[in-house]
Amino acid sequence: MSAGPVYTPYHPRWYRRRVSVWWWLRRRSYAWFVLRELTSVFVAFFAIILLWQVHAVASGPEAYERFLGRLGTPLLLAIDAVAFLFVLVHAITWFNLTPKAMAVRLGGRRVPDWAILGSNYAAWLVLSAAVAFVLLRG
Amino acid sequence: MPSTIALSVTRYRPERESEPTVQTYEIPFREDWVVLDALNHVKDRLDGSLSYRWSCRMGVCGSCGMKVNGTPKLTCATFLSDCLPGPVRVEPLDFFPIVRDLVVELGDFVRKLERVKPWIIPDGAPPATGEYLQTPEELDAYKQYSMCINCMLCYSACPIYGLEPHFIGPAAIALAQRYNLDSRDRGAAERLDALSGPDGIWQCTFVGECTKVCPKHVDPAGAIQQYKLTAATHWVKSLVLPRSAR
Repeated sequence: MSAGPVYTPYHPRWYRRRVSVWWWLRRRSYAWFVLRELTSVFVAFFAIILLWQVHAVASGPEAYERFLGRLGTPLLLAIDAVAFLFVLVHAITWFNLTPKAMAVRLGGRRVPDWAILGSNYAAWLVLSAAVAFVLLRG
Repeated sequence: MPSTIALSVTRYRPERESEPTVQTYEIPFREDWVVLDALNHVKDRLDGSLSYRWSCRMGVCGSCGMKVNGTPKLTCATFLSDCLPGPVRVEPLDFFPIVRDLVVELGDFVRKLERVKPWIIPDGAPPATGEYLQTPEELDAYKQYSMCINCMLCYSACPIYGLEPHFIGPAAIALAQRYNLDSRDRGAAERLDALSGPDGIWQCTFVGECTKVCPKHVDPAGAIQQYKLTAATHWVKSLVLPRSAR
């Protein structure tokens, strides 16, 4: 086959642009999006630690002490703190998207975004308070 | 107020150039001019070879979508006075092949739009009265999505469409929802495969830029997230319920 473009006057060469590797730096919202994608690793990490903790609690006081000992190293504490921050970021961004994902209608009208957002945050607060009550009671 | 402003426009003349270049024109600054007026001034007075699309110049036809200073905009609704001090950078929409200068090729969108069957699929014969009746509430359920003018600003703003060219994309999904939510339509099941298949809604990771750039407040990002909920519910039902009860 011969090299070079083949085209007719009515179908000229289209120019196709490549997406730069750095596309996510072009806009703050793109960078924020990529950050959210990458930091989901920390959410997975946090979930694994939580499962490990539940397992340790179920295995008795000595196992729990061992768990606390292993978690208490400066490196793990630092990673855990960072992971907690990103879990918070993900929780908040998740709540903020709920009004977009849920078009709730009551009495023929769409429930406003703030009401859906507010009820989600309220449920979060109530559940957190209930957990805190159970944990701190004794 | 300056008396002139610089307009830097992307040029691509396939018979002369192998890749796009930039040409700058010095044009009079008028407070009541939008970017499209500036392009028309260039075309009429300075350089008749400049190619771009436009028609209604009032935000209805969706033809004059371009990137202005890096953001996808309708050039008929973007005032020069909002671009001061200049230069005003005008580029063709991202992610579509450039045909010439500011004109891009939109065939990809049209083919995708066909896949989601953007028309009313009725259930049997039309009603005996001859017309479908619809309450204001039923109209309200889809009206927002029917405002789409196919201007392609949302595709140009969506990095997922740039990275995954098979993605059906924001406007086509919003238009599918426009029919799914219409009380006269019974075609939701026929659209499900295209919408929740590998090229559909699950490609979207909710960057949200499509909604931000939409000049008609269609909120395609919202349409996609809502359809994710619908598709997920459908999937759970298909697991736990017999076919007749879904």
